[in-house]
Amino acid sequence: MKADKKELAVAALCNGTVIDHVPNDVLFKAVKILGIENLKTHVTIGNNLSSKRLGTKGIIKVADVEFPEDVINRIALIAPHAKINIIRDFDVVEKRQVTLPDEIVGIVKCGNPKCITNNEPMRTRFSVVDRDNVTIRCHYCGRTVTSDKAIID
Amino acid sequence: MNSNSLVSIDDISRDDILDLLERAKFFEEHPDHKILDGKVVATLFFEPSTRTRLSFETAVNRLGGRVIGFSDASTTSSSKGETLKDTIKMVSNYVDLIIMRHYLEGAARYATEVTDTPVINAGDGANQHPSQTMLDLYSIYKTQGKLTDLTITMVGDLKYGRTVHSLLMALRYFNPTFHFVACDELKMPKEYKEFCDANGIEYHEHTDFSPAVINASDILYMTRVQRERFTDIMEYERVKNLYTLRADMLEGSRQNLRVLHPLPRVNEIAYDVDESPKAYYFEQARNGLYARQAIICKALGIDILKDAAI
Repeated sequence: MKADKKELAVAALCNGTVIDHVPNDVLFKAVKILGIENLKTHVTIGNNLSSKRLGTKGIIKVADVEFPEDVINRIALIAPHAKINIIRDFDVVEKRQVTLPDEIVGIVKCGNPKCITNNEPMRTRFSVVDRDNVTIRCHYCGRTVTSDKAIID
Repeated sequence: MNSNSLVSIDDISRDDILDLLERAKFFEEHPDHKILDGKVVATLFFEPSTRTRLSFETAVNRLGGRVIGFSDASTTSSSKGETLKDTIKMVSNYVDLIIMRHYLEGAARYATEVTDTPVINAGDGANQHPSQTMLDLYSIYKTQGKLTDLTITMVGDLKYGRTVHSLLMALRYFNPTFHFVACDELKMPKEYKEFCDANGIEYHEHTDFSPAVINASDILYMTRVQRERFTDIMEYERVKNLYTLRADMLEGSRQNLRVLHPLPRVNEIAYDVDESPKAYYFEQARNGLYARQAIICKALGIDILKDAAI
């Protein structure tokens, strides 16, 4: 009976995407980056769930949606170890890790108040300059920032 | 975007730099070559900078082109809230080349993305000012006969001085040795020292502006120490005269040493240095004209050494 309840908390998907191993503190940032709040399909968000690898973790389950790779990879900035599971007919048909793209467009706000991106109606652009420390550089003003300090717009 | 645009000195290669220097030399010999007949160039100065604007406008005029533009954004639609994008798109309809200065960092890069007209960055906030770097390089090249294997000493405000940062990066191709002379509060930022390390460039840091450093140098690049850069005014009062160059300090220096300064100077170079044959900062400013003529032609896709019947 107890085991059943646990199952219920992370109910299986018929079709869709499970984003697993999201650190607790960035779970809602990941939700925002992927635009999940605007979806009309079933969405289950769990946080502070126990995890062998992270201690505790967040998880996002989205029914009937498979995100394009370039979209899902956007969360690599804040959750570099997140795992993506594609579910079809209750089976995991694809399991992979997110990978940080070379360029990040329109997610991060530049921390430089004198940057053109903070003064014109335009999208930001950052390039990844250090993958190990996840450091990104503004394409316009050149200011660099590490992902943990990056402001998610 | 027009690939002939010049936004940052980082965008151009070693060969591009050498080509521009060769063309600057040509314009020094033929400053009034009327190669821009029929061309219209816009100088859009969203932030006033008389020195840079006059230099660019003289360069265009001497090449026979016409100039339109403004020297202060308060007289334009940007004061009514027009976006930079709209201003650039509007001006693009009229001109062959846009030369722009803006108080916001990254403005010139963005401008290149909204127009096919070539754009030359004449300074974007504290970010980039590539024509200044080109005239510095031309001045070094002219006075030393080469750019390679030189010892270059940078003095004063190495923290905020964008000219020293750009010059440092442009010289990465030419095996320089740097001496950085500054007080702790204005010393060379870590990212530029890391840049030197990554490119195998030798550098030494000093807080003392000592004869040993001066006597080992081929170029002394002086910069202004500005009061407003200091969080502690007492510290400013303490250091403001430590990095002043006087004529007697040049006594033991190399024959080929030249003193550069992006100007305006305040008190970091004493007036008695002006008499020294090693003082080069006024000629340096004049070199800006030739360097900018070379940059303008490159942006317009005109190769003076190939296209023109000389």
